[in-house]
Amino acid sequence: MDLIFEGIWKAFYLLATFDPEVMQITLLSLQVSGTATFISLLIGISIGTTVALAEFPGRKFVVSLINTGMGLPPVVVGLFVTIFLWRNGPLGFLGVLYTPTAMIIAQAIIATPIVMGITLAAIQALPKNLRLQILSLGATRFQMVWILVKEARLPLLAGVMAGFGGVISEVGASIMVGGNIKGYSRVLTTATVMETSRGNFDIAIALGVILLLLAYFINMVLTHVQQRERPR
Amino acid sequence: MNGSGLILEGKDLQVYKGGSLVLEVPVLRIGEGEVLSLIGPNGAGKTTLLQTLARLIKLSRGEILFKGEKVFSNHSVFDYRRKLAMVFQEPLLFDTTVFENVASGLKIRGINRSETAKRVDENLEQFGVSHLKGRSARKISGGEAQRVALARALAIQPEVFFLDEPFASLDPPSRESLIEDLERILRKTGTTTIFATHDRMEALRLSDRIAVMNGGKILQIGPPAEVMNQPLDEFVASFVGMETILTGQVIKRDRGSFVASIMGQEVEAVGEIGVGESVVFCIRPENVTLTVPPHKESSSARNIFPGKILKTIPMGLYYKVQLDCGFLLVAYVTGHSLENLSLTEGQEIVASFKATAIHVIRKTKKAL
Repeated sequence: MDLIFEGIWKAFYLLATFDPEVMQITLLSLQVSGTATFISLLIGISIGTTVALAEFPGRKFVVSLINTGMGLPPVVVGLFVTIFLWRNGPLGFLGVLYTPTAMIIAQAIIATPIVMGITLAAIQALPKNLRLQILSLGATRFQMVWILVKEARLPLLAGVMAGFGGVISEVGASIMVGGNIKGYSRVLTTATVMETSRGNFDIAIALGVILLLLAYFINMVLTHVQQRERPR
Repeated sequence: MNGSGLILEGKDLQVYKGGSLVLEVPVLRIGEGEVLSLIGPNGAGKTTLLQTLARLIKLSRGEILFKGEKVFSNHSVFDYRRKLAMVFQEPLLFDTTVFENVASGLKIRGINRSETAKRVDENLEQFGVSHLKGRSARKISGGEAQRVALARALAIQPEVFFLDEPFASLDPPSRESLIEDLERILRKTGTTTIFATHDRMEALRLSDRIAVMNGGKILQIGPPAEVMNQPLDEFVASFVGMETILTGQVIKRDRGSFVASIMGQEVEAVGEIGVGESVVFCIRPENVTLTVPPHKESSSARNIFPGKILKTIPMGLYYKVQLDCGFLLVAYVTGHSLENLSLTEGQEIVASFKATAIHVIRKTKKAL
């Protein structure tokens, strides 16, 4: 028990004193996962909206692919990104394996289907006639899509949160493509894994607390979204 | 048509959905300033016709002319849509303030702020919802939301206004006051309006012409009085409230009138129809008079039939009485007369109606 209490005590000390290593790891985590989420939003929202609004043969298949993608196992993503970025791999010439860039790529691949799937669902959940209503107000196609996305902004925010939550807490792909290099590609999750295996529970707990706080924040926003007024 | 010319014309309109023909309108002309209502049961094609005329759904065949000009290419469809507005059964308000909702059509058009603010205020005012201006559109009642939706549509100052059952989901008091306001506003602005409803009373009240639809076709179109009193076929007759529809054969002919046999009973009606021809008699329930026997021969009605009350059904302010006079006859009586005559089910009664109260539809044999 002493170990745990001592660990917790030291963890809060590290947090309260803004321990440089902990801070650096946290910032890198936010930076990598934030960038990856941003990329996933660009791709996910645009494709998700297009698929939601378009009618084409094989649409059901595409939707089921996207939904499957929402549950991509990070290790598998890590594996394939590693293979592609490997020195002799197809994208080996980029020389980005074991860099934060590689982690951003892997995390964006994990987050994109999540954002895309939620966008698809959010746009489809809008009233059937809303699209016609917007067009009848004189909107161009572009204006119509923009208004629809604005109408779905709260569920889309849920998508952002789910995407971000998925990648910030992900460890498999990050450790495989980032290499957990101290001061360079070490993030909250990979550091927690390593410190725990070394028996440095204080730092591990401090990192864990930060992850928990982030999880709490994300869930707070999601709950707020779920509890909002129903549209009429 | 109280306007000068045609504003909208549909020619040979056909729409297929999932391989089946859901709309077939060979010709439809709408005059400037006219209020046309489309009535018919659910699935009659009213919504499809509205959305087709608004070019919100694709035509499988045919063309639409706006002020004599064809609406066809993508560009002109878009220009055309900017001249019209549409309100649906659901208010479909955006998740923002009431003001922003009413302003949305104007913002889409890039109209400047002061003009937008002015028009929004005017329209909120005329629909009596100015006090809601700053409120979230999510936090207003259903009736208020529909008023905001109407204000949003009219803020555009459309040349053609499409309404798709806008009152159908409102409670009776909100519906009543909203119809009253809309009627006033439409008369004032003289906006050409095409209005779908399944409620014939709404149609009667608001329109210059009524089109009765069923199965994707317009069965009859004309001024309200004509459609209500001279339905072209049995479907229209039943839809416009002719509760009694009887089929029979002409057995006697006189000058200006004839007698048809209906289930063995002789019923006299007005018209020039030859012996042997098949006819359909349509009788409005409000034109049938009930008396308790013995019947005094004072009424001018030619058709007097003793019968028995099968059923009395309360309809709000009046009762619907179903009678068996050898044929089935429906009459309306007020609650007051129901009590006075102490009408009960199974009671013997005398029903009478004038020969002129019968609308006659000739059953002509279809040409080959």
